[in-house]
Amino acid sequence: MSEKSLSEAARPMPEQITYANLLFLAVWVSILLMFLTYFIYVTGIMKPHVPMEAVLQNWSLSVNDYLHNTDAPHGWGWLRLLNSGDYLNFIGVAVLALITILCYLVLLPGYIRGKDRIYTLICVLEVLVLSLAASGILGSGGH
Amino acid sequence: MMVEVFLRKVRFLLAWVLVLALSHPQAAFAVHEAAGTAPSGGAAHTWWFWPIILFFFCFVLGVIAVLAGVGGGVLFVPLVSGFFPFHIDFVRGAGLMVALAGALAAGPGLLRRNLASLRLALPVALIASACSIAGAMLGLYLSRLNPNLIQVCLGATICGISLLLLFSKNTDKPVVKKQDAIGLALGISGVYRDEATKELVEWKTHRTLPGLILFIFIGVLAGMFGLGAGWANVPVLNLVMGVPLKISVATSKFLLSITDTSAAWIYVNNGCVIPLMAIPSIVGLMFGSLVGVRLLAVAKPKFIRYMVIGVLMFSGLKALDKGLGLRLLG
Repeated sequence: MSEKSLSEAARPMPEQITYANLLFLAVWVSILLMFLTYFIYVTGIMKPHVPMEAVLQNWSLSVNDYLHNTDAPHGWGWLRLLNSGDYLNFIGVAVLALITILCYLVLLPGYIRGKDRIYTLICVLEVLVLSLAASGILGSGGH
Repeated sequence: MMVEVFLRKVRFLLAWVLVLALSHPQAAFAVHEAAGTAPSGGAAHTWWFWPIILFFFCFVLGVIAVLAGVGGGVLFVPLVSGFFPFHIDFVRGAGLMVALAGALAAGPGLLRRNLASLRLALPVALIASACSIAGAMLGLYLSRLNPNLIQVCLGATICGISLLLLFSKNTDKPVVKKQDAIGLALGISGVYRDEATKELVEWKTHRTLPGLILFIFIGVLAGMFGLGAGWANVPVLNLVMGVPLKISVATSKFLLSITDTSAAWIYVNNGCVIPLMAIPSIVGLMFGSLVGVRLLAVAKPKFIRYMVIGVLMFSGLKALDKGLGLRLLG
């Protein structure tokens, strides 16, 4: 391969840069959200669903016992408790854990345009795997 | 001359603080629970004690993880489960979030510089992320059966990791004479600019199938223990598949952002993430990593790496001791 074509090959594809930019934005948004919501939580601006003392008394127990004793939600049940200080923190956590799915959707058009069937399929399958994990269908136990 | 002696003393003192903070965090922060009289679960302290101690502990972990070249999760899970009052379910949930946050934060830079290869990461990530879901579900199932089972498996894995870190000799630019059929079909190859030598380096893979099969086990372990899996990704990519070390390290870090996402969701959906302990851990480790990157220029990573291997071995043995109920290590 010539020096020029090697140089071109060393450059990332445009979708990769979009992926990076989106990731950068989402990470800082989620960190900011975590800071804000944690501040609201620990300063008591919004009352928590599970009182601090109950968290301390139960966090040495297994997750099933913790959920049972504190009446804490599982799966996406936290969405119904966004008016409480503790579960407000899950907004930042969810942004952090959802961003990769969005980034994969950004990659997809590039592979489709390039008629790269294998990588198109890999992207689609990955989105399905991550969505399945996020959906709560798999092993979302509880009490 | 005097400055040199002073710096040497400061470095020595710092090393001992790090060893103390890693081997017994509560002692490092000068806090003692009255043995036998303290209520279980750490309720002897006011609630704000734990977020503060976790933040500083994870800050130190973040600094050390960067200097030692390991991920945050692999240090967080064994140390926090060994020395803090939280149940292993919550430690694994927070550990995955910690590893995920670190990987996501590193991702943009690695992608922009084209060091993380998408052609390599995407097929591997699909296998590892699907298997990490199975690992997370298996881990939670075993924990329901008997939490000591998880402690024993975690202890054995951590001891194995410390040996792997001690003995694995990664190769900077492995020689791949001929690309195999699977690597060729997937187009797993690329070119990167080596900033040290300013040369363009072409790379391709061999032994792609054995490498992909190994990622099944890596995914399961990552999900099962909430460890992240950089410790396993790099040797497989570099030593098995023949990917240059720089691309292996960068792709491994990027890979974690995908593998840990799927496992993290299983833990989040099962209620294993407690904001009071998870958020200070995530933020502390991320800030620690930022400081660690700055310290990298002046630190002696080799010494810190050996220290981390020692602490990992100790925390692995402690997890084994706890799981087997021997109580030899306190």
